Amino acid sequence: MKSFKFDWLVLPLIGVAVVLLLWQASCATWAKDLPTPAKTWEISKPYIMEPFAKRGEMDQGILRFTWYSLILVAKGYFLALVIGTPIGFFLGLSKTFTKAFDPIIQVLRPVSPLAWLPLGLVLFMGAGKNASELGALFTIAICSMWPTVLNTAVGVRAIPQDYLNVAKVLKLSRTKTLFKVLIPASLPYMFTGFRLSLGIAWLVIVAAEMLTGRPGVGGFLWQEYNALIYEHIILCIVTIGVVGFILDRLMSLVEKKFKTA
Amino acid sequence: MAYLELNNVSKSFGGASVLKDVNLAVEQGEFVAIVGFSGAGKTTLISMIAGLLKPTSGSLKLNGREITEPGPDRGIVFQNYSLLPWLTVFENILLAAEAVNPNWSPDKLKEHVEKYIAMVNLTPARNKKPSELSGGMRQRVSVARALAMNPQILLLDEPLSALDALTRATLQDEISRIWSEDKKTVVLITNDPDEGIYLADRIIPLTAGPNATLGPSFKVGIPRPRDRKSINHNEHFKQLRRDIVEFMLGSKSERHTAITKKMILPDIEPEDLNIPRTMTAWRKTPIRKREQKEESVEVKP
Repeated sequence: MKSFKFDWLVLPLIGVAVVLLLWQASCATWAKDLPTPAKTWEISKPYIMEPFAKRGEMDQGILRFTWYSLILVAKGYFLALVIGTPIGFFLGLSKTFTKAFDPIIQVLRPVSPLAWLPLGLVLFMGAGKNASELGALFTIAICSMWPTVLNTAVGVRAIPQDYLNVAKVLKLSRTKTLFKVLIPASLPYMFTGFRLSLGIAWLVIVAAEMLTGRPGVGGFLWQEYNALIYEHIILCIVTIGVVGFILDRLMSLVEKKFKTA
Repeated sequence: MAYLELNNVSKSFGGASVLKDVNLAVEQGEFVAIVGFSGAGKTTLISMIAGLLKPTSGSLKLNGREITEPGPDRGIVFQNYSLLPWLTVFENILLAAEAVNPNWSPDKLKEHVEKYIAMVNLTPARNKKPSELSGGMRQRVSVARALAMNPQILLLDEPLSALDALTRATLQDEISRIWSEDKKTVVLITNDPDEGIYLADRIIPLTAGPNATLGPSFKVGIPRPRDRKSINHNEHFKQLRRDIVEFMLGSKSERHTAITKKMILPDIEPEDLNIPRTMTAWRKTPIRKREQKEESVEVKP
């Protein structure tokens, strides 16, 4: 199709309009309990118009909820990077380490956050009122670290022999080789891992909040389902999607910066 | 005893023998060029001198000491530059200077690095990344990096083969100039006899692989400084070039490679159409089994 002026704006709007129409049509035909787009907007309006309002523990503006979720994600994600990156490096550098730990990593990797969360709650049962937060952090970290681990490992293995030769000829010390050659050379791969990890961390937060009932987008969603305010479920879904999209874009901007290196 | 000495050095990868019984003696301050066909094992040879590869048998000695690992006493300029793309020109060279002189003050290091950047005429590009430089400029950085290590011997692995003819000529002049300034021992690997004759004191051809070895050395008697334009009409130059090229082509044609192949002849038993096809026909074993035959073919290049 030929491109025209403002196609970058008009075409996505058409896409949105089509989905809204399908939604409206669904409401009218087979999904009688589904709130219509107009109704959703009307009920959600206070939460969007006063995004930072706090009326109660589980009744706050949508951005305030988002903020809570983001804080928790940031902590868990940071934990994942701090643990995952060194593991990735060991995997990339040592064949023995890979042989020993790759199978168990491959087994743990596909486990759903929903399965990890109860274990996390059990682990931190002694922590009293912090138990749900620590359990959630554990789940986010353990679920989102795998892409970082695997991509770092691939990045380290993909370092051209030329660079390693340079390090050898210059007789760089181990630390210097690590910081001057290994890390910069594998950074582009590492950032791909970081971006994927962030995506997963954001997926996990919703599940974690739903199960623990913590205030946040996911917790709000579950509460509103129980309170039969279905409009807010849709509001939450849209919010989760938009935030996830923005996070991914931000990370790919950072990633691009390192790609040129 | 010679400065750099190779005694019966052989190298094979897996079962394939690349270099066999290579002997070489280079005096201090000498500029030696090794000329060879591509794929003959030139890079393997220089990687062994650099210590990046270990010989299968034989010994390599620099200044009387066995070469066992890479070290900054042997500056190497790689064929593909091998600059670290995340560092600027200055930082690339600084990394080498720092590694060799860990006790120097930052000011002294900076001055040292600037000197070598200036030596290869790259001062305006000192803060650029390798990706922003042309091939010739990258190779200059690589040369400057090797020189900044202040090595005892400089190993140049086809440093100019990836460059266009004009840039190559300029860089040859520059290598010639730099060498005349501090008379380092240099081993240059090249696939261009002219380049070798123009730059080196001595040229040693590497015969065609596999089992490549060094041929007789040809002394270059052309006085320095050599002039690129007049050298083409120099009788000695012409004679040398003829000899080297002849030797190299000769070494290639001597090679009669025999390839032995196991050939499988297909089943050629024709089907007897008088026998009616049955359901078990596909299970019928061929009357004549697949025939295998060894065949040896002599290949001349």
